[in-house]
Amino acid sequence: MDFINAILVLLNYTIIPALTYGSQLALGAIFVTLIYGILRFANFATGDMMSFGTMFAVLLTYYFQSLGINLGIFPTALITIPFATFMMILYMLSIDKFVFEYYRIKKSPPVQLAMVSVGVMFVTQAIIRIIIGPADRTFLDGEKFILKASEFKEMTGLNEGLTIKSTQAITIVITMIVVSIMFWFLNRTKTGTSMRAYSDNEDLALLSGIDPKKVVLITWIIAGILATIGGILYGLDKSYRPFVYFNNMLPIFAAAIVGGIGNPFGAFLGGYVIAFAEIFLTYAYKKFFTYILPEALEPNSMMQILSTDYKFAVSFSILVIVLLFRPSGIFKGKTL
Amino acid sequence: MRQYTNVITAYLIMFTLIILVGIFQSWSIALTILNYCLISAVMTIGANIQWGYAGLINFGIMGYTALGGLAVVLISVAPVGEAWRVGGLNMMICLGVIVGMVFSIRLTLKKIAKSKNRNYLVAAIIIIGILLLRLISEPAIESIEAVEPAKTGFLGGLGLPVLFSWIAGAFLAGGLAFVVGKVALGLRADYLAIATLLIAEIVVSIIKHEDWLARGVKNVIGLKRPAPYEINLQQSPWFIDLVEKFHSGKLALINSVSEKQEVLKQLVIDASSVYVKLCFTGLFLTVVIILLIVTQKALYSPWGRMMRAIRDNEEAAGAMGKNVVKQHLLIFILGSAIVGIAGAMMVTNDGLFTPGSYRPMRYTFVIWVMVIVGGTGNNFGAILGGFVVWFLWVEAAPIALFFINLFTAHLPETNEIRVHLINSAPYFRFLVIGTALLVIMRFRPQGILPEKIIKN
Repeated sequence: MDFINAILVLLNYTIIPALTYGSQLALGAIFVTLIYGILRFANFATGDMMSFGTMFAVLLTYYFQSLGINLGIFPTALITIPFATFMMILYMLSIDKFVFEYYRIKKSPPVQLAMVSVGVMFVTQAIIRIIIGPADRTFLDGEKFILKASEFKEMTGLNEGLTIKSTQAITIVITMIVVSIMFWFLNRTKTGTSMRAYSDNEDLALLSGIDPKKVVLITWIIAGILATIGGILYGLDKSYRPFVYFNNMLPIFAAAIVGGIGNPFGAFLGGYVIAFAEIFLTYAYKKFFTYILPEALEPNSMMQILSTDYKFAVSFSILVIVLLFRPSGIFKGKTL
Repeated sequence: MRQYTNVITAYLIMFTLIILVGIFQSWSIALTILNYCLISAVMTIGANIQWGYAGLINFGIMGYTALGGLAVVLISVAPVGEAWRVGGLNMMICLGVIVGMVFSIRLTLKKIAKSKNRNYLVAAIIIIGILLLRLISEPAIESIEAVEPAKTGFLGGLGLPVLFSWIAGAFLAGGLAFVVGKVALGLRADYLAIATLLIAEIVVSIIKHEDWLARGVKNVIGLKRPAPYEINLQQSPWFIDLVEKFHSGKLALINSVSEKQEVLKQLVIDASSVYVKLCFTGLFLTVVIILLIVTQKALYSPWGRMMRAIRDNEEAAGAMGKNVVKQHLLIFILGSAIVGIAGAMMVTNDGLFTPGSYRPMRYTFVIWVMVIVGGTGNNFGAILGGFVVWFLWVEAAPIALFFINLFTAHLPETNEIRVHLINSAPYFRFLVIGTALLVIMRFRPQGILPEKIIKN
């Protein structure tokens, strides 16, 4: 019995939150990696682009709520996904048209494009703050829990409860759907194959008649979908605050590089590696050990490897270690 | 002379703008802006050495700035005797353990041939070291933080004059740059950018959360100053005489004695704040001029030519027998040390150390915009960039407010759009800075004052 309780403690406080957070990071990391693989620059506006899409979802959610439209037990934000994604793609394409295209045609070095993306980051932040302000907003409605701790305890008669928030379930399910469609698209369709070819060898791809404009267009569309959905899921699970989204860019970069930048599947796994490392290293295991160890050996300290203050530092340290010893990422394999 | 016309014009325009702020807003604000412009200029000199001379991307400026600020606390604050008594010994032992770890790892790497066993040994040393550190430091940290937590709760510093901390800041930042450079400089440009960005974030999170070191997010206030305090100035007779002489014409117009006293008192208060800021301006200007002379000399020396050669073609420079790795490390350390000085200057100017305020937006990306807008590879350009961008950063909100009022003047006071826009005026600074960067990158990628190669 104690053993089941111990497992439940772990599930409740580490594994389920890590899966959720990992999914959110994974979507962002695939976005980073796609831009890096096909457009060939590190996009420092990543966090703010995700924030931009989420901003529309928040505003539309408020609008729909005022109209009385909702999805019953599901959050209203789910209906806003197509609209927010559309706005996001429009924004990305116009940014590409007015800013990035010039440097791409000129074949500028990646560093210059990265610097330009810093400019885009500033402008995007300004637009977001002018439209919605820097405040913290929650836009979750509908049923909050799928399974409550008290209900679970009643059902099973165990000491420990299992809580599953609806946002956690929604995040994991939607991520799985989006990511599988994306991999199917990249690997099985003609357009997807042409994108991979373009990423592998630009000159050869151009020679074989692939239209670079179309590849870039499709890339931004996929990027827009991933960025918006990732942003909305994060906002539903925690809350929407522009500054937090900017900061999230850092673990997302870490995930993309850990997975081997340019490799979408690596980025997908990288998101979970970062999330699990952050949560496993900063969780206080006292309760867990109280269950599995005999009474005499019970720990009196928190059994925490690192304080939660260093949550971000964990992912950065992993990244630095990976960069130093295996710059191509821990998941070797073909890129894109 | 003619080749300097554009430099002189650009600086004249900049100073006119600052003087205009003095006339229209207040001299105190103008001097605050000028002081921050000078601090930014020091930062841009540092960043420009790395990016302009050597082509190294350092997105970790925030980390070095924070270390410079930490140096002010560690050097100038008086030591907390009680805290040293309860935990000082343990902390010193910890320092010894860290040094021991580093040396034993170096020794292992040197003496034992590359093998799996060596990796295990290194891993074992690190794990044992960390366990030891936690065992020794935990009780010490607890007892140090328990010493008057509202006022101290940290070890304090050395109690030396604050100006020493500027040098110490350079050494701290340079030391970090040495470690970072050793491990990360081999990376490709954009990887280096991301790695430095994240390392800076780690440094700041350590400063934020290790309360025993510098009180963390509880901030250290009331730091020493290299300039007199306003209160003391307002009571010293020579200063009051000086103000009286300076404003004698204005004061002579007032007849009643009591009214004259009142006006004089107000003038003395205003003048004291301006005087203190002028003292800082003098100090900062000295630093900027010294750095400018040194960097300018270095740029046009054989060493500067070698750096440019390495930047423009690493392989060719390597083939000519230049040690590219060593020079990169050197310039990374030098640039970061200068940024460290700027960090110390800034905390000295503010008189308080607030680790919570170190954010990459303000301390990394804005500095980069300064370097790129001003002119990469040209020290005058970088300094000008510091001035222009800082000026825009501060004045964007008032200017935006002015335009919002102008364009929404026909709307009623309570109009929702108008109120919303007026409330979001501060955020127009991001828009202005971002647009400035994009426009400069597009139409004048070499910056306002481009790099100049003097051939003789």
